[in-house]
Amino acid sequence: MPDMTGLGVSPGRTAGPVHAMGSPPRLPAEVPVAGPDERERATAALAFVASSLEELSTTVDGTAAEVLATQAMMAADPTLADAVAARIADGRPAAWAITDAIGEQQETFKALGGYFAERAADLADLRDRAVAWLLDVPMPGLPRPGVPFVLAADDLSPADTALLDSSVLAIVTRRGGPTSHTAILARSRGLPAVVSCAGILDVPDGTPLSVDGTTGVVAQVTALEAMEIREAGLADRARDAAITGPGRTADGESVPLLLNVGGAADLADDGEGVGLFRTEFLFLGRTAAPPVAEQESAYRALFEAAGGRKVVLRTLDAGADKPLPFLGLADEENPALGIRGLRTARVRPAVLTEQLEAVSRAATATDADVWVMAPMVATAAEAAEFASLVHQAGLRTAGVMIEVPAAALHARQILASVDFVSIGTNDLSQYTMAADRMNGELADLLDPWQPAVLQLVATVAAAGRDLNKPVGICGEAAGDPLLACVFAGMGITTLSMSAPSLPPVRAALASHTMADCRRLAELALNATDAPTARKAVAGG
Amino acid sequence: MPAREVVVGSRIGLHGRPAAIVVKTAQAQPVTVRISIAEKPPVDARSIIAVLALGAHGGDTVTISADGDGADAALDAMAEVLAKDLDA
Repeated sequence: MPDMTGLGVSPGRTAGPVHAMGSPPRLPAEVPVAGPDERERATAALAFVASSLEELSTTVDGTAAEVLATQAMMAADPTLADAVAARIADGRPAAWAITDAIGEQQETFKALGGYFAERAADLADLRDRAVAWLLDVPMPGLPRPGVPFVLAADDLSPADTALLDSSVLAIVTRRGGPTSHTAILARSRGLPAVVSCAGILDVPDGTPLSVDGTTGVVAQVTALEAMEIREAGLADRARDAAITGPGRTADGESVPLLLNVGGAADLADDGEGVGLFRTEFLFLGRTAAPPVAEQESAYRALFEAAGGRKVVLRTLDAGADKPLPFLGLADEENPALGIRGLRTARVRPAVLTEQLEAVSRAATATDADVWVMAPMVATAAEAAEFASLVHQAGLRTAGVMIEVPAAALHARQILASVDFVSIGTNDLSQYTMAADRMNGELADLLDPWQPAVLQLVATVAAAGRDLNKPVGICGEAAGDPLLACVFAGMGITTLSMSAPSLPPVRAALASHTMADCRRLAELALNATDAPTARKAVAGG
Repeated sequence: MPAREVVVGSRIGLHGRPAAIVVKTAQAQPVTVRISIAEKPPVDARSIIAVLALGAHGGDTVTISADGDGADAALDAMAEVLAKDLDA
């Protein structure tokens, strides 16, 4: 079997025999004549699914429980029951009526895109359970091989993910993107996972596979190799957890590790400060901008929680794609390219000046080292204007986010008038690759290892080095342990991520010297495409 | 018929936890509460599938309506949960 590559969505490496999910029931090609009690049977099937999912939801906690309870609500839904009844009235047998009704509902969800589209998988799962019950065939679901194994599946439903026990070593799915249930669950459990791995369901059950959730590579190995890889993976994990303290390379070069937060509740003790404080939470659902005093107390809560640590606050990031009614922005054909981020200050300048005033008051009242940056800046003139507003408000440190390719190319000019910049890799990827962030079909183009995106990061880092000003990264990419080394090698000064990503990133930095990191950066930048870049760095 | 406009307070929009809470609140009302967004026809707020199919994002304005005894109180209860950030 040749090696396969998907998208690594949860880091770590392990190996073991692969076992695929129980396949969903298939409807016989011949539609039988409907019986007199199809309606009762359909109702009983949906009730069975609703109660079994409800019961399952009580055996788990947290998000998994909520997701299952919601799925149970879907099975008991009156809209679904009506749609099924209408098809039975047309003469369809229960299993077919349910399949048709759910198929139609799935189309509606898919048309909404994004998170809503992913709920189509929840509907498919409840359909399969209802149909299996009606046809009296085994329930689709998790394999139970009796040994630790690599779970292969088309995509995982919430019900499947809730039932995963400690015998699952890693997850590989044929479909799914970075926001699928598989990805979210795997990250929360620290299980290596690869999604969008095309050939995974063709591998015979029992074949020993190695899974690398960092590089996305899935390869056949011998049983002995599988054992060695598994042990090495466990040792890696123990090693990561044992390393604490500030981020630094093996030769002691400091690379501070910061946190991305949306409020004081997200702030962990770990980490050397906050690299991205999103302030949108205060503004959402408002009919008018929140008063300065209210903003001040909210910022102050976070600054106080941060103690003397650094906090980089991002000013309001709104636009037609993240609308706020009081901004009064018009609907746009192409919101990602419209009035958003700092550009909203063109139409509502007072919202920004009031926010800066609130930040300044909160900063004065606390010990935190407060830095302020603007999102979605394209030109040096915008950066200079923002910096002067920040300084006028009495705040010392002003910067901008680098998310637009134009800003990356002109980093030198921008850095001349601000104190720092921070790169938002998610938007920088979207704009550089001209690929919508919400479009799962374009996941490969949005891969943060795209060498063209890395080239822009390197350009910004070089400008920062020359002008001796800090250049941080606060996108998802900073939480990828290998990319973190690549970024450090480019001269990026701080990395900001969500708290669970800290230990593996800290460990990766600690095991590379700065010279190693520079060499890895070189390898990534010289690669022709994202998979090659990732592979070269993982092997280098 | 009493109706009201509410801005969706949940940052993530009406799915996941916020959608479940909104539907459960509707189910607890003595009258049928209907909910609509933009030009789409109003749907029964007791149906999770119908509520998800609204595709409502945080900051979107939705319209809720109800009729009969207790309609105003039902709208109060619904407006309260809709305006909150239920995922916070």
